[in-house]
Amino acid sequence: MELKKVGAAGTYESSDIYVTLFPNEGNGIEILLKSSVEKQFGTQIRKVIRETLEKLGVKDAKVQAEDTGALDCIIRARVETAAHRAAEITENFNWEELDKWTN
Amino acid sequence: MKNAIGKEIPAAIAGIDKVLPYKGLFDAMPEGRIAGKTKKMVKPGDSKLLNSIEEAVEKSGLKDGMTISFHHHFRGGDYIVNKVMDVIAAKGIKNIRICSSSLNDVHAPLVDHIKNGVVASISSSGLRGKLAEAISRGLMEIPVVIRSHGGRARAIEAGEEHIDVAFLGAPSSDDYGNANGYGKAVCGSLGYAMIDAKYADTVVILTDNLVDYPNTPVSIPQTDVDYVVLIDSIGDSSKIGGKETRFTKNPRDLLIAEYCAKVIYNSPYFKNGFSFQTGSGGASLAMSRFLRTEMEKQNIKASFSLGGITKPMVEMLKDGFIGKLFDVQSFDLIAANSIRENENHYEIDATYYANTHTKGCIANKLDVVVLSALEIDTNFNINVITGSDGVIRGASGGHSDTAAAAKLTIITAPLIRGRIPTIVDNVLNIVTPGTNIDILVTDRGVALNRNSDKYEEIKTWITKAGIKVFEIEELRDLAYKMTGVPQKIEYTDKIVGVIEYRDGTIIDVIHEIKE
Amino acid sequence: MDKLRRTMMFVPGNNAGMLKDAHIYGADSLMFDLEDSVSIHEKDTARFLVYNAIKSVDYEGTEIVVRINGMDTCGKEDIEAVIRAGVDVIRLPKTETAADVVEVDEAMTEVEKKIGKEVGSTLMMAAIEGPLGAINALSIATASKRLMGIALGAEDYVRSMKTNRTPGGVELLAARSAIVMAARAAGIYALDTVFSNVDDEEGLRRETQLIKDLGFDGKSVINPRQIAVVNSIFNPTEKQIDDALKIMKAIKEAEAKGSGVIALNGKMIDKPVVARAERVIEIAKASGLYREEV
Repeated sequence: MELKKVGAAGTYESSDIYVTLFPNEGNGIEILLKSSVEKQFGTQIRKVIRETLEKLGVKDAKVQAEDTGALDCIIRARVETAAHRAAEITENFNWEELDKWTN
Repeated sequence: MKNAIGKEIPAAIAGIDKVLPYKGLFDAMPEGRIAGKTKKMVKPGDSKLLNSIEEAVEKSGLKDGMTISFHHHFRGGDYIVNKVMDVIAAKGIKNIRICSSSLNDVHAPLVDHIKNGVVASISSSGLRGKLAEAISRGLMEIPVVIRSHGGRARAIEAGEEHIDVAFLGAPSSDDYGNANGYGKAVCGSLGYAMIDAKYADTVVILTDNLVDYPNTPVSIPQTDVDYVVLIDSIGDSSKIGGKETRFTKNPRDLLIAEYCAKVIYNSPYFKNGFSFQTGSGGASLAMSRFLRTEMEKQNIKASFSLGGITKPMVEMLKDGFIGKLFDVQSFDLIAANSIRENENHYEIDATYYANTHTKGCIANKLDVVVLSALEIDTNFNINVITGSDGVIRGASGGHSDTAAAAKLTIITAPLIRGRIPTIVDNVLNIVTPGTNIDILVTDRGVALNRNSDKYEEIKTWITKAGIKVFEIEELRDLAYKMTGVPQKIEYTDKIVGVIEYRDGTIIDVIHEIKE
Repeated sequence: MDKLRRTMMFVPGNNAGMLKDAHIYGADSLMFDLEDSVSIHEKDTARFLVYNAIKSVDYEGTEIVVRINGMDTCGKEDIEAVIRAGVDVIRLPKTETAADVVEVDEAMTEVEKKIGKEVGSTLMMAAIEGPLGAINALSIATASKRLMGIALGAEDYVRSMKTNRTPGGVELLAARSAIVMAARAAGIYALDTVFSNVDDEEGLRRETQLIKDLGFDGKSVINPRQIAVVNSIFNPTEKQIDDALKIMKAIKEAEAKGSGVIALNGKMIDKPVVARAERVIEIAKASGLYREEV
């Protein structure tokens, strides 16, 4: 999946995360995270963001994320949405592919 | 060395004369006599009235290195600490020790006073906001001493915390120092301040409401007061409750409250004449409402209720569900005004409330207490002082006092807060030892402390009531399953806080957070 | 009809905080909404959120229902996502005809086949939200084997009827009657609409009693505070449980004696009486009011 424009998803409400993805051609995945639970879960949140992007086949992305204590499944959902939005995919999602690796 | 609860306590800690590690709930026996203050003679015709805080600081003889004290009856609405500290700083006085019954968000200006050397050390029930953040990150060379409300009164009486000058905001006072909690800015009970007035060498009453002599009721008596200063404003009484004392519509709090009430009214203590204390959090307030409904149904009356007093308690007093209220701190204006209006609503001081080194504090007569927790571990040890990131953000309050004294001690807490698990393998800091705790009530159900001496008995009545019981490990696993296991918080070797148990021994230390 | 569906709690599909543990409040079913509570620009993210939540969160056996968008918008996308996630029931909004049900049924079958899931294992319910749907209630209720129930959605219904919600509920009487009769005729659940004033406990109690008396099996709720009220009305009373137990005991005794005629306190116990007693005991057991002695 290739990011064509800036894509964002999520909210700033408690237990959620707001994820913005920027195309980052040739520079790999860079993550800028602000989290209310950085000390307890910072490593895990970064890991979930990175893994989700990798599984979506996103090779280059600058990620800006503001987290207010979202669980892993919420983070995954917001990253997936932001990626699809950035890749300008609005219908005919590849559920078969998505379904392979989320559990 | 390790103390009796397994926490590493250094043999020497800056600012503490004699480091005594925690030994056990009632194992530190008091010795000697209660400390006194300097004698003084105020002659007929002498005036106590001064024109400014500045003059009071001069007259009090405050010098570098002395200890001053404050009360926190205005909580987030307090103006006194900042006003007095600004004057002390302007006078160039350094190395002051602040002994406050508590400090919170509004006391952020203390950060600069600490940086500038005006303040050298602090003892307090709690710390919040920017001040707490800065201290957690190593602002002070001498660790903060965290004491419970009963523990502070004990330390002052024991002479371990000697107050040179007490600066006490009072909603009203006459020119001779008779002061109480009603006036322009109402705070109700002056329960913590009463101890300072009794034991400080010099007592300065700061009021924005100077009334004709004699001012009654006498919460702080003229015989304890050196000076009276009239100032513009002592505090904002709309903030004595803070946001956490409003009645909740939060479904999670309501669920916990309902479970908790069910536990209480199925306990053997729930009968005519029982006594109880609840906190000021959302779940606690809602709990008293559920409890009231059941009391009405079963025609049961409580003999007394204790502690920080809130509106639902006052309503239960008025409507005959509670016989008497004993109020060390009024948590809202309804409670604050009720002390004056209702003859069965009594103002008590912190020693009467919860001091363990006395001939018996009223907490000893409590049947049931409901307390909260920032963290609780599988040994039921409770942290109410630091968040799960290790930053100080709470207060010891009456937690360890009432937990030790009451017959049945219940902790209420949600299983998780956002992504933070409340139930963990080991709490970061211990304020109240787990051996005191009988029951944990969460939004997922109830866990019983297998190490409580009442475990078998509780298990019997709680099972009979059809309340679903979990092992605490099951609840911890449930929390971890949702949130994941948190990373370990990293600390430096530096100690930023000392948590004193109510008997003066050290139950835990708080380390500086590594950035 | 052994599953309790007294309360179905509505959870907006884009609300991360609610999705993570909405089951703790004790609703019999949770309904995650992708339709009206989600703005047109957030349909994709709500779908991903609900998809991931169903996959990851342990709702501890609480029935999970997802209200999808209409087939004219992104309903098909919703169906694929939530069936893959393992949803229990798909709720079709604004059902007007049997054909609406069949269309969704076919889309569901397609997904089930694609992922190798047993065809028909995902249930369905249809919400009737207008006069045409109410008139077609029976044909809707019998349009698919997947249907576990039909529900009333009152807000759109009263608007179409050019009337308003009233405390007595007379404006909904015709629709409720049509729905409950159709559901009973089809042998599926009849589920009532929401009561929107969460602070009016007395009003909720009255309305729930009314729909229970009409024959409904349960009601949608929009706030956890409403759950206990609705559940308690659908629960049998202690006397009802006692009576039911006596009836069952009398039957056992009669069977043991080989007696064909069963009587209790001089009254004949016939088949409908037994069926009712069984139902009372089922609900009592399911709601924890009665524990079988071992």
